[in-house]
Amino acid sequence: MSSQLNRRKFLEGSAGVAATTLGATAAVFAPAVQAQTLTLKPEKGAKLRVLRWSRFVQGDIDAYMINVKKFTDKTGIEVRVDNEGWEDVRPKAAVAANTGAGPDIILSTNDDANLYPDKLLDVTDVAEYLGKKYGGWYPAGEAFNRPDGKKWIALPLGAAGSMMVYRESVLKSAGFDSFPKDTDNFLKMLKGVKEKGMPGGMALGNATGDGLWCNWLVWAFGGKLVDKDNKVVIDSAETMKALEYGKEMYANFIPGTLSWLDPNNNKAFLDGQISVTNNGISIYVAAKNNSDPKVKEMAADIQHASFPIGPVGVPTESHLYFNQMIMKYTKVPQAAKEFLRFMMEQEQFDPWLTGAQGYVAPPLAAYAKSAIWTADPKNTPYRDAVKNLRPAGYAGKLGYASAGAAADFIVVNMVAEAVSGSKTPKEAMERAQKRAERYYKV
Amino acid sequence: MLDKLQNSRNGLGLLFMLPAAVLLLLFLTYPLGLGVWLGFTDAKVGRSGEWIGLENYEFLWGDSVTRLALFNTLFYTTVASVLKFGLGLWLALLLNRNIRFKTFFRAVILLPYIVPTALSAIAFWWIYDSQFSIISWALVKMGLIDGYIDFLGTPWNARFAVIAANVWRGVPFVAITLLAGLQTISPSYYEASAIDGATRWQQFRHVTLPLLTPIIAVVMTFSVLFTFTDFQLIYVITRGGPLNATHLMATLAFQRAINGGALGEGAAIAIAMVPFLLACIMFSFFGLQRRKWQQGGADK
Repeated sequence: MSSQLNRRKFLEGSAGVAATTLGATAAVFAPAVQAQTLTLKPEKGAKLRVLRWSRFVQGDIDAYMINVKKFTDKTGIEVRVDNEGWEDVRPKAAVAANTGAGPDIILSTNDDANLYPDKLLDVTDVAEYLGKKYGGWYPAGEAFNRPDGKKWIALPLGAAGSMMVYRESVLKSAGFDSFPKDTDNFLKMLKGVKEKGMPGGMALGNATGDGLWCNWLVWAFGGKLVDKDNKVVIDSAETMKALEYGKEMYANFIPGTLSWLDPNNNKAFLDGQISVTNNGISIYVAAKNNSDPKVKEMAADIQHASFPIGPVGVPTESHLYFNQMIMKYTKVPQAAKEFLRFMMEQEQFDPWLTGAQGYVAPPLAAYAKSAIWTADPKNTPYRDAVKNLRPAGYAGKLGYASAGAAADFIVVNMVAEAVSGSKTPKEAMERAQKRAERYYKV
Repeated sequence: MLDKLQNSRNGLGLLFMLPAAVLLLLFLTYPLGLGVWLGFTDAKVGRSGEWIGLENYEFLWGDSVTRLALFNTLFYTTVASVLKFGLGLWLALLLNRNIRFKTFFRAVILLPYIVPTALSAIAFWWIYDSQFSIISWALVKMGLIDGYIDFLGTPWNARFAVIAANVWRGVPFVAITLLAGLQTISPSYYEASAIDGATRWQQFRHVTLPLLTPIIAVVMTFSVLFTFTDFQLIYVITRGGPLNATHLMATLAFQRAINGGALGEGAAIAIAMVPFLLACIMFSFFGLQRRKWQQGGADK
């Protein structure tokens, strides 16, 4: 499905806010932005094909296409943008990489760039230029896209933050004026809201996005799937503590979370059945834009927070990460690089962040100053998703093993087995260890 | 040359077969061959693999999730096929009788089969939802249960829930095909047996069933094949969860090969389905289609 630019729709929509605040944002960015130069020479008559994940909020694609149009107007390079559901991009990108034909640029997710690094164009020059200009890339961006610490195999685009979404009034009634910052109080809060008749609930089914909270749980207590040498170490005392804690969490969840896929918590939250969950900003956006006055009213009561910090003492968040890959087979590498550079420049990237209504967190430090993060205080917690992000293959190297282990839901299944009591935490850990060892080839 | 070809039965035969042969080779033989080959390699997405012999199969044999998927697939296929056959035959027998609005019912019965699987799967996903299930809602309103049923949250509930969805979707195919078979049976057999004093059960047992067996063999072979290789229903409703309790070989193959990037392993899972499917076809063709069996006899 090709996206068609609709400027009128864009200006009418929320993304229009960005256009009107452009002048003001330039001043905001001024101290963070360092002058840099990069000269790219797009090939004559170049045309580009971009495959990207389908928008989560309409303002995202509207703003993206405005930027694409600006690029075409400026350079004369035609750009065709195709959209696919984010989970369908992986197989398509893999086929493109395999066959050496397809889109010039692919916006993919998580470990994708690490699956076929030798099929991707080296974008070190663009990455260094942008990094120096915009306050540096967050470490997660480097972990995903600069695996050897030298060469950039793709450019970070950002991450769809999976944050804590909660009903302020319910927490207050349970005696919590703000969202708990540590795991001990988080558990107390879960018990409290359950007693108030509106429990929490987080997905434990094979949910690719919302199941990521299981990584947070394991990491928060010091557990991890692999160590830095890719040795599987999930069967550990730390993981055991995490699973014991998870059991107590699960006991206070709404029934049925074992079957939850990505949309279930959104539905239950918007229906007023749960007061706490983990999600992108979409629940809030859906409530805000809902035609039902009751749901619209709920938007005022919805608040967001970062995940609580566990005994390890540092944030251990897991989010859906986005790459921008240029395929090596492209006949117009300079044009492709120029496109990515252009899209990441403040004049384009900031309005795009605004259009995405906080759904995508920036990978470059300077963009934390973007007005979108403070225009509505409820957006602020989503700002630091890339900053606090750990790749799912933490603390090892990314590649086929990490992608395979994540896609096989090894950690999610382990947590689900242990917390639901279908296996003891020890059994669940041992099973996860064995399953993971296959991917990491012991 | 052209004249010679026009006058050659064999030459023309080969020529006319060529398009079908090319299609079969290109879209059936080649992908199957490639799948078999990939199963013996460690191919990953974006990287061609190297020959590793039976390593994928050895791993899969020891892999608890694959074993569970095999069990799920056999259980799903067996239970769903038996139910589909029973309900399908029953519906076909009902529709074969002179009932009011016969044509209407015959058309309606096909509806589940006409609806795209992905759509009916989404409907079932809502029906089984742990918070919004209409079944639970109705039962609660009627005062029959206190809380919502966790259809997809416990392994056995989830297995039976997806089987029910599969049966709902598959029954029309069995029913309509068997109905077609029933209509080919000449009424004179029933008249003759009635004159001989046969009861309705005896007529069914000794007239209907033997004459219907060839159709049953074909329709059930197809039904079993479709059920064994089911993908869409599971993928939409449970994604193989909870705790991999509804993962079928097909969904696991997809998850490992495409989402996980392990093309070789995924191919091996898919190819591991072939012996089961072949056994099913063999049973149908060499068993159910044997004259002796159809006529109620046994092998000596």
